[in-house]
Amino acid sequence: MIDLSSINPVVLAAALMVAATPILLAAIGELVVEKAGVLNLGVEGMMITGAVTGFAVAVMTRDPYLGLLAAAFGGAAISLLFALLTQVMMANQVASGLALTLFGLGFSALLGQGFVGVSPPRTAKLDFGFLSDLPILGPILFRHDPMVYVSLALVAGVWYFLNYTRGGRILRAVGENHEAAHALGYRVRRVRILAIAFGGACAGLGGAYLSLIRVPQWTEGMTAGAGWIALALVVFSSWRPWRVVLGAYLFGGIIVLQLNLQAAGFRIPVEYLAMSPYLVTILVLVIMSSGRARKTLAAPGSLGRPFHATG
Amino acid sequence: MTTPLLAIDGITKTYPGVVANSDVSFDIGRGEIHALLGENGAGKSTLVKAIYGLVRPDSGAMRWQGRPYAPAAPHEARAAGVAMVFQHFSLFDALDVAENVALGMDNPPPLRRLAAQIRTVSRDYGLPLDPGQLVGDLSAGQRQRVEIIRCLLQDPQLLIMDEPTSVLTPQEVEILFRTLRQLRAEGRSILYISHKLEEIRGLCDKATVLRLGKVVGRCDPRQKTARELAEMMVGTKLHQPERPAHAPGEVLLEVKALSLRSPSPFGTSLKEVSVAVHAGEILGIGGVAGNGQDELLAALSGELRAPPGAVSVRGESVGHMGPNVRRALGLLCAPEERLGHAAAPEMSLTENALLTGAWRQKLVNRGFIDWTRARGFAEAVIRRFDVRTPGPHVVARALSGGNLQKFVIGREILQRPEVLVVNQPTWGVDAAAAAAIRQALMDLAEGGAAVVVISQDLDELLEIADSFAALNAGRLTAKRPVRGLTLDQVGLMLGGADEAGDAAA
Repeated sequence: MIDLSSINPVVLAAALMVAATPILLAAIGELVVEKAGVLNLGVEGMMITGAVTGFAVAVMTRDPYLGLLAAAFGGAAISLLFALLTQVMMANQVASGLALTLFGLGFSALLGQGFVGVSPPRTAKLDFGFLSDLPILGPILFRHDPMVYVSLALVAGVWYFLNYTRGGRILRAVGENHEAAHALGYRVRRVRILAIAFGGACAGLGGAYLSLIRVPQWTEGMTAGAGWIALALVVFSSWRPWRVVLGAYLFGGIIVLQLNLQAAGFRIPVEYLAMSPYLVTILVLVIMSSGRARKTLAAPGSLGRPFHATG
Repeated sequence: MTTPLLAIDGITKTYPGVVANSDVSFDIGRGEIHALLGENGAGKSTLVKAIYGLVRPDSGAMRWQGRPYAPAAPHEARAAGVAMVFQHFSLFDALDVAENVALGMDNPPPLRRLAAQIRTVSRDYGLPLDPGQLVGDLSAGQRQRVEIIRCLLQDPQLLIMDEPTSVLTPQEVEILFRTLRQLRAEGRSILYISHKLEEIRGLCDKATVLRLGKVVGRCDPRQKTARELAEMMVGTKLHQPERPAHAPGEVLLEVKALSLRSPSPFGTSLKEVSVAVHAGEILGIGGVAGNGQDELLAALSGELRAPPGAVSVRGESVGHMGPNVRRALGLLCAPEERLGHAAAPEMSLTENALLTGAWRQKLVNRGFIDWTRARGFAEAVIRRFDVRTPGPHVVARALSGGNLQKFVIGREILQRPEVLVVNQPTWGVDAAAAAAIRQALMDLAEGGAAVVVISQDLDELLEIADSFAALNAGRLTAKRPVRGLTLDQVGLMLGGADEAGDAAA
């Protein structure tokens, strides 16, 4: 018998924000990378690397925040491998990104061997005083760990950076037409390497959020496709920061709902819900590629194209 | 004797296997429009890049207002007072005009103030422009204005213009020249790169001619004829394409009320295009880039499908058919983009010959490729059209623009088409190769084929075409005989004022 009354919408909404945070972090990083014209398919690999480095450092120092910091560095470090391959050695971006994912999965399993079954230090939830005590809104919005708010602040920062600063304009210019940006004297390669490192750091944070806060535990391959969802999310959002939030919470909602429906004994195989983020993304891609909507939803002009500086 | 604004002394730059510039010296004075003339590959671009700080010369020196000048990056050149308008515009489609301008400045003011400055400058120099518009929505002439205004906002002493008129209508050229003369009157200098000789004669005070990286002549272009300048540039006597008069034959290609939506967000949809081309006729289709040229070519080649009756070859409806069926019926096409559209860059010339020649040349036998015949066909094209390449095994990307263009046009002509449609057949091709391509097109028409030449080079169209029509915002004007057509009428046709012209006549 299906018992839908066992699903509490307030708890569901609160859990949704937590479930969405890892993919939101990874996706906002990848958005910046793609805005700079680079397609890094290694998000999954960078996330899991961040998850294991963050976990290991947090366990050893007993400080979750040092762990998160280390995760950001770990993600950035492994993304520089990708930057070396694609920006310096001009390797194919798709192949390098896939290799990064496979490498990250294996590498993290190796690093995490001594940490299986260990529990990490707890990350305290924030208390906003009376805000946290509000009925309904309190538990949904104001009783989370700091990273939930950091992720939203990061989106706001990226949005502001891309639209209102000179650096953001240069980054978009490099992604839109790298030859023209080069002709104007901008350092295409440098901008892209910095963007890749930022994307790696964000993915690392997203991974550590999984291993330190959401789960919290280390298991091999624990990102379980979150990196791919983040990649899909960037396309779903048509490269707009605030739509990434919308998409992340939508997909986060689906993840949480799927768990709840399972618990409530719902008869539809959960695989349908697990598939849904990808189906929605494919749907969005179809809508994007048809009709006049394309003009406003277009991908950065130089996305995925290698840049060779010529005399 | 006053010091020149920029003195260039013995600049040499070599790339592996090529000497781009060899001991190039000349001066640019204040308030002077100085022409830099030369064929493709003569070293104009490299020289200009050295002045703008994008390339470091191997040896030689430059002096700016008497002081040593060696910019290591474009921002140093801009700081000195050098600005450049690029041939392929360095603009970003998805950004608006003000953002594009800001990207070309070293210390841009806040966007709102910049927008006001753009309005002021665009009014002062007669270059109307809206700072809030997306660049992707602008015409080529408007895009060039963005570049020019970007330069002018930095108050340059020297403005470098690389082939600025190649994409403009005659009216837009007039506006541009008025602006350039105004700049000269203000005491600014302009380095003007072009191979349009009439323009140089009308605009420039001095000319330096480059050939194979060396300075081969200096002159006052106003004292020379266009022919003399061309011969200085090429180094030999020029062969003028020519062809005897003839009577038109039956209708080979007919387009009837062809309307088609563009598949590209920045493209132009075709609206009610109708025209008939006869055997032995060359129809020239003029118009500024982005007015539906690519879409028209795609509709004729079969890349875009239309209602069956919209396109017919010898009375047979082919509008709904794909390229191979059309090729079998004799309708062949050569699109504008050489690399990536007309030819696959990473494939050899033999493979590229096979791609369009497979059916008419019977290069495929029961599903298997006959490599011997394919290679033979590629070699025939190379021989007949004087394509400079080590052989048919070379990949298309390795050929220079002019040689690859000769190959892709030659590949279609050697298949003896009934109807040939070409888009920008001589774009970016040097004078000698362009003359050869034009002659081949005229010979083809002479042999009884119908030829459609889509081009933005009006001189070319008026030289080789029998009749002329213009594309404007996806509409094609009625065609008119080229004989007796004045440049003013052509300008009006390009502006879409077909009916008005008829009413006045």
